[in-house]
Amino acid sequence: MSKMHIKMTVNGQKKELLSEPRQLLIHVLREELGLTGPHIGCETSHCGACTVEMNGKSVKSCTVFAAQADGAEVTTIEGLGNPDGLHVLQEMFKEHHGLQCGFCTPGMITRAHRLLQENPNPTEEEVRFGMAGNLCRCTGYQNIVKAILAAAAEMNSAKEAAQ
Amino acid sequence: MIPSAFEYHRPADVASAVKLLAELGDDARVLAGGHSLIPMMKLRMAELEHLVDLQAVAELKAISVEDGTVSLGAMVTQHDLIDSEELFRAAPILRETALQIADPQVRYMGTIGGNVANGDPGNDMPGLMQCLGATYVLEGPEGRREVAARDFYEAAYMTDRADDEILVQVRFAATTGGYAYEKQKRKIGDYATAAAAVLIEAEGGTVTRASIAMTNVSDTPVWSEAAADALTGTTCDDAALQAAVDAMLADIDPQEDNRGPIEFKRHLAGVILQRAIARAFQRA
Amino acid sequence: MKDFDDREERVGKLKGLGCARKRVEDARFTQGKGNYVDDVKLPGMLFGDFVRSPYAHARIKSIDATAALELPGVIAVLTAEDLKPLNLHWMPTLAGDKQMVLADGKVLFQGQEVAFVVAEDRYIAADAIELVEVDYEDLPVIVDPFEALTTDVVLREDLDTSEPGAHGPRKHHNHIFLWEEGDKTATEQAIESSEVVAEEMVYYHRTHPCPLETCGCVASMDKVNGKLTLWGTFQAPHVVRTVASLLSGIAEHDIRVISPDIGGGFGNKVGVYPGYVCAIVASIVTGKPVKWIEDRMDNLMATAFARDYWMKGRISATKEGKITGLHCHVTADHGAFDACADPTKFPAGFFHICTGSYDIPVAYVGVDGVYTNKAPGGVAYRCSFRVTEAAYFIERMIEVLAIELNMDAAELRRINFIRADQFPYHSALGWEYDSGDYHTAWDKALAAVDYEGLRKEQAERVEAFKRGETRTLLGIGLTHFTEIVGAGPVKNCDILGMGMFDSCEIRIHPTGSATARLGTISQGQGHATTFGQILASEIGISSDNITIEEGDTDTAPYGLGTYGSRSTPVAGAAAAMAGRKIRAKAQMIAAYLLEVHDGDLEWDIDRFVVKGAPDRFKTMTEIAYAAYNQAIPGLEPGLEAVSYYDPPNMTYPFGAYICVMEIDVDTGEHKIRQFYALDDCGTRINPMVIEGQVHGGLTEALAIAMGQEIAYDDLGNCKTGTLMDFFLPTAVETPHYTTDHTETPSPHHPIGAKGVGESPNVGGVPAFSNAVHDAFRAFGLRQSHMPHDHWRVWKIAHDLGLHG
Repeated sequence: MSKMHIKMTVNGQKKELLSEPRQLLIHVLREELGLTGPHIGCETSHCGACTVEMNGKSVKSCTVFAAQADGAEVTTIEGLGNPDGLHVLQEMFKEHHGLQCGFCTPGMITRAHRLLQENPNPTEEEVRFGMAGNLCRCTGYQNIVKAILAAAAEMNSAKEAAQ
Repeated sequence: MIPSAFEYHRPADVASAVKLLAELGDDARVLAGGHSLIPMMKLRMAELEHLVDLQAVAELKAISVEDGTVSLGAMVTQHDLIDSEELFRAAPILRETALQIADPQVRYMGTIGGNVANGDPGNDMPGLMQCLGATYVLEGPEGRREVAARDFYEAAYMTDRADDEILVQVRFAATTGGYAYEKQKRKIGDYATAAAAVLIEAEGGTVTRASIAMTNVSDTPVWSEAAADALTGTTCDDAALQAAVDAMLADIDPQEDNRGPIEFKRHLAGVILQRAIARAFQRA
Repeated sequence: MKDFDDREERVGKLKGLGCARKRVEDARFTQGKGNYVDDVKLPGMLFGDFVRSPYAHARIKSIDATAALELPGVIAVLTAEDLKPLNLHWMPTLAGDKQMVLADGKVLFQGQEVAFVVAEDRYIAADAIELVEVDYEDLPVIVDPFEALTTDVVLREDLDTSEPGAHGPRKHHNHIFLWEEGDKTATEQAIESSEVVAEEMVYYHRTHPCPLETCGCVASMDKVNGKLTLWGTFQAPHVVRTVASLLSGIAEHDIRVISPDIGGGFGNKVGVYPGYVCAIVASIVTGKPVKWIEDRMDNLMATAFARDYWMKGRISATKEGKITGLHCHVTADHGAFDACADPTKFPAGFFHICTGSYDIPVAYVGVDGVYTNKAPGGVAYRCSFRVTEAAYFIERMIEVLAIELNMDAAELRRINFIRADQFPYHSALGWEYDSGDYHTAWDKALAAVDYEGLRKEQAERVEAFKRGETRTLLGIGLTHFTEIVGAGPVKNCDILGMGMFDSCEIRIHPTGSATARLGTISQGQGHATTFGQILASEIGISSDNITIEEGDTDTAPYGLGTYGSRSTPVAGAAAAMAGRKIRAKAQMIAAYLLEVHDGDLEWDIDRFVVKGAPDRFKTMTEIAYAAYNQAIPGLEPGLEAVSYYDPPNMTYPFGAYICVMEIDVDTGEHKIRQFYALDDCGTRINPMVIEGQVHGGLTEALAIAMGQEIAYDDLGNCKTGTLMDFFLPTAVETPHYTTDHTETPSPHHPIGAKGVGESPNVGGVPAFSNAVHDAFRAFGLRQSHMPHDHWRVWKIAHDLGLHG
């Protein structure tokens, strides 16, 4: 099968590559673009370790073909914060012990980032429901939920201060 | 889990999509949200030569509520259904159902068209559409035709849609009265062990109209006219509830799977339906 | 006062023992900068993948790889025939059995590795797998372990029944071993002469550790320098190096094994899998690096299940509830090969910890290992070896005995707990419990949940249910568990002959920072954080200035790895001991610098101080510098130490868990209203990390008890091969946990720590399960097998006539 010319904006940078249409977005990101933050956990769209943001939606990149992502804007964990300044979610996950092995963490934080954009002031129940597409085997979620609620509070007070 | 190779197409309008399907024949499949199809392709339980992605077809993303009729383009996502206040006002049962489907990420991608057209008895929207008495609009080389959701499903993954047709729109009357979509599942992301969609209109405590449908308790969604009839004219008392459940049980045919044996599923279907009726009646 | 403040500040700066230090790993992980095995990418790397058997038991008549080899990008297709000349078509298991690397004439479970395809990338490999044609002739399938012991069907044709196995005589062609502990005759006599006897079959179903990252490796044979480098998901990298050397014939110093970041292990990544062997062979054959990464179905269907123990128990007591004896016979379903990851001499692991927290005068355990047409494994899924089975068994038997005695289960436990003054306690099955105070923990737990209030509420609920006012029952799940971790003394614990010690090497750098390397490997436990804390308190250097390294056999000292909660009890002890060696030399250096005798100095947090002259001291920073820049008479330059620690005993963490659960009688659904977990893991190194471990372990326990299983149909088809059917709870199904603790240090561990990672799995499963059972106790339920998913709970209610 022939390869397709695919253009994407990934973490703010324009990328062009040749890909088989069937190549999965997670493989494009990890293998072609060297963005190994998102991980492959279940491959059947249950675990969310591969979560990235595509056109303003949280998506499971193991269940999106490269071809579908042609023209898309994609943000991965690598696009949030930077070594000199962690994103507040990254800070709060660290602060509240919201991770252990770290394998689910990039997907968790990327998903939480979108959740807080849509619902800046969630309840604990809303966080649990909003994070239900991401599985974690280590933490039992309690500290993840705590970290996200803390990040929401932090982001809201920063917003208020800015106003 | 790697799918077999295919050619990818992204038509810009329905006409081009239909033309592509006609040209490519049996080797082509339409990709709506992909969250049923892509896992099947990765497991190589679905192998196809051509994938026709509808994401660029703007007309399929329209939501409208006009003159009491709700029209949903096939590419309206579950997330859109939840998000729309207009839809919530017109048919609140849509949001209640959509929130019980899969998980947030899947709901951003999963579409109403994909959910109803796939013919998977585990999908929730087909059952809801039975309950709503929805109409599906299909477009093929011969043009558009309409088919009642209640006539659409033939068997698991077998529907009235021809291979060269695309389900382009779902249409139904806005609802009034009480509603409930009650679903028992093993966890977030699972299909229903049993689910019931119920609409009830009542006057002075008496049911004037009802509609009842069940999900994942047969190889197709089940609209139980007899169950609804058993409620109509009653005050939803215990006897009426039991009569509705008995009527529904005569219409379903659940199979054993990891969610449990038939005996359990039949019992559960009754419990779920009773709860759905109680909630809908309370809201009526 | 000033001096006191100064000391407080100095202790704080150390970030040592007891500090809720934030994890040093997290900056990397939160930015997506972890380095897991699938992130390893080498020039020219090939990708290997397996053709797997669709049948659970079949003879292989032929394998035709012609079409696969014609596919562009396919480099090789390996079968057992190709491995035979290298004698690698079979490999030894950790349990003294052997296992096929690639199917040799027949397959014995669904998903078994049949051929290994090597291609330029994973997409081509996946296409090629479809093109390998295997002709199977199906054979009768045995999935029931009891049937396995009576059937004429021979699973393991490679074994001669008349020859003893690794653990003694085999009584049937599908029998692996009979392993016994305790005094059988005395136990039977005690039980027969007792006033009350309870008997029950307790099944702990087959499940799977299912870490979020599957297993995988990258093998790279450098033919120029003759060195093999192997990256992989290894919980015991040094053992893998030794095994790789023994199997391949490559000298051990020419093999470098690297465990990079590991995305959870939970026991799944202890064993040696065919994928590792095939990747190594493929790299040797092709001269290129070869990567093998399981997909989730491979992982669930083929690598390392856990549990699958049928435990027939008899427990006896006086009328007052004092236990007089415990008898247990286990039928252990090991699947197609005995690939249990247990210390060599313990084919049923430490199952004989099954007298639990109770002072039981006499006990007997017999375990029959059995072959079936299921995947091999039997690993310790977040527990020490078979300890979770043991804890579940005794905690169920206690509940059943309470029913028999018509007694409150909390009171029955209290009557039988080993008393604090009995430690060190010698159990009837041969263990020496190091320390404990069970009564204190128990009373604290019962008070915390208002146990009496709960029982009252429960009784009222039962009455309301009987009156038809509610359809929801209340279950109170009690557990008091005793773990046995930290394997172990080298004298009786080994893996493939390697004694189960562990190690730590410390290098203090001239400017007063340090690097320490250990023989363990974190899979999320936070070793880089907590081992630094142990060392900080030992050597007076802030943990922020200590780098912890693990997982590279070229640099780390030999160790037996991380599983069975052994890292803190064994490697943690090695760290403390190595730290003390550093301190001993530092004392000599300080004495020289201060011109006093060694004995005139005393250690004070981060410095040596002249006794009685608090203003005369040398800090560790000063001492470190001196170690490298001065010639000190009688001392070698430098400041380094290494310790290999052979623990004198195991450690015995314990805990009291209480689960309050609401159960919908009509749907079988449950809601956990409250979960209280009190853990005693001895000295607490990092409370934040401990709490995180408990949350995670409880969630795994929740999954196991309430829905997670590896299930087969009668044809040996695995019914739970994806995360659709294999239950991993989301944040929605997972309850909020309340954690608590008591602190009873281990008397033999250098810092008194016992380990905690696995306690919540060991104690959690019986707590959840007992809650389900307890909800139905008033209606006559004695025993119902896990997992307690909706339909099985519904079935309990149905069988008890609660559906009218």
